[in-house]
Amino acid sequence: MSSANLQKIRADIQRRKLINTIFALVGILVIMVAILTLLGLTIQMVIEGSSRLTPDFFTSFPSRRAERAGILSAWVGTSLVMLVTALTAVPLGVAAGIYLEEYSRKDWLADLIEINVTNLAGVPSIIYGLLALGLFVYKLQLGQSVISAGLTLALLILPVIIVTTREALRAIPNSLREAAYALGASKWQMIWDHILPYSFGSILTGVIIGLSRAIGQTAPLVTIGALTFIAFLPDSPIKSEFPYISFDWLQAPFTVLPIQMFNWVSRPEREFEMNAAAAGSVLIAMTLTMNALAIYIRYQLRKDVKW
Amino acid sequence: MQLKQDSWKILTGVASVAAVLALAVPVVKSQGRTLIKIDGSSTVYPITEAVAEEFQIDKRGAVQVTVGISGTGGGFKKFCSQDASVRTDISNASRTIKDSEKEACKAAGVEYIELPVAYDAITVVVNQDNPIDSMTVEELKTMWQPEADETVTQWSQVNSSWPQEEFTLFGPGADSGTFDYFTDKITGEEGASRTDYTPSEDDNVLVQGVASDPFALGYFGYSYYESNRDKLKAVAIDDGTGNAVYPSLETVRNGDYKPLSRPIFIYINAEAAEKPEVKDFIEFYLANASELVPEVGSVPLDDSGYEEALARFQNKVLGTASAQ
Repeated sequence: MSSANLQKIRADIQRRKLINTIFALVGILVIMVAILTLLGLTIQMVIEGSSRLTPDFFTSFPSRRAERAGILSAWVGTSLVMLVTALTAVPLGVAAGIYLEEYSRKDWLADLIEINVTNLAGVPSIIYGLLALGLFVYKLQLGQSVISAGLTLALLILPVIIVTTREALRAIPNSLREAAYALGASKWQMIWDHILPYSFGSILTGVIIGLSRAIGQTAPLVTIGALTFIAFLPDSPIKSEFPYISFDWLQAPFTVLPIQMFNWVSRPEREFEMNAAAAGSVLIAMTLTMNALAIYIRYQLRKDVKW
Repeated sequence: MQLKQDSWKILTGVASVAAVLALAVPVVKSQGRTLIKIDGSSTVYPITEAVAEEFQIDKRGAVQVTVGISGTGGGFKKFCSQDASVRTDISNASRTIKDSEKEACKAAGVEYIELPVAYDAITVVVNQDNPIDSMTVEELKTMWQPEADETVTQWSQVNSSWPQEEFTLFGPGADSGTFDYFTDKITGEEGASRTDYTPSEDDNVLVQGVASDPFALGYFGYSYYESNRDKLKAVAIDDGTGNAVYPSLETVRNGDYKPLSRPIFIYINAEAAEKPEVKDFIEFYLANASELVPEVGSVPLDDSGYEEALARFQNKVLGTASAQ
């Protein structure tokens, strides 16, 4: 090999290394732009709202006076709606995912369902609001209540949960299923005792993505009749007399944090912008807590699963 | 392989709770509560909200009031709904009820009492550095009519004594009641407006826009001007009489500020008006409006206006009084 040839090769390698470095730099730049913008916005919001983040802010109802206004009805509303959403969407979504992945025959019908579920995940949320208005509010007469809102958001995140459940189940190697069968497990035993526990972490990720999507929704809730001013709380679910548990809160009118924020932002008085920023910080904190909790549970569960 | 059985117990628990919920809901449905449901215009909202807040303090939580914002039209849709469960007791309206809405109410068997509660004055604003102090309705029309699209772009084209500078326009979007009223009074046809302006449903965006551009002009509700006096300059409006009038509490109340001021209303379901809590609420509303309305930046009626409204309510005068 001549030295000229060798030099050419070296130059070539140099050039490739350069391209490699440039791409890495561009990659870092892109991710910095994305993260710093997000971080900047969040920090600015928290700083703007920090002076309003007092205990009173969490225990007061909305008011026309910015310094007296709080988010009590909004955060309680958001929590209750999310509770209903989680309690309906998670069992339904996971069960549907299990059926589609483990039980249903793989024919044209399954393909059709698969395509539809995936597409549903991308449908704009306002469409779900319209569907819910017709179905829950008018047909089923559930009223403009916490339960209607919870079920609406459950519909909205159902596709996300179904799709991630299926992905999670698909990621479990077939050899595990066969091993379970070989030891005489029935199909249900195989799923319940083996497949589900191993995929629980990934399913949980899907659930959290879904719930995080739901918690910020405004459009579908406005459509079904979420309120803006509400200065009382739903009935307590625990009663002092028999039967001790009450479901009246499901029927209660409600508001949620994003709606309260929007109302404050669009007010003429500028002091309300601070309130909106504070409410936004609370909403972000709630979402992050949910995520953190999920990550922690997932970590705990994965620790126990040893292949 | 080790499993954490506990987590599965939890999951089973969650599933059974969900099942119980599903069963319990129909049982709960039949229960009632003293609740006053209000919905409608965002212009009337701050007033009704203030009244609702004070009323609930006054009643020590015995009566629950909810107020929503779904726009004047959206509010009437609920107010006159065929479905009794979504029907509201009171509807906020920044205009009088339309014929189509009257028919919907009739079809649903809803009769109503109409009460004026305040005035809204649409305010035309410019930047503080803008030398212009007053405009005639004609000049506003030249500026805003649909024919002005792309052709009228400079202040000097509207009035030769004004600066030779391009203007930027800000206004509410076409869904707004303010837009309907402004176009009706200025261009002569409801909904007819030039389209090359910056529209926003969020009035604070309009405030920012005009405040940051020395040759901008915009229009929106009086309360937004009231809260941003330090950043904006209101334009006096000359209704062809040669006498330009600034919007203020006095000029709106005595009718001098023409043609951009209008009364705003609440509509009460006549059947609901029989209920003691609704009756109390309306009486509380009219008794405290003159104090609460200015607090939220709107213009109150004079005292006799509220007395007339109260008489109207107590005598159960049905239907709309407007002959505007």
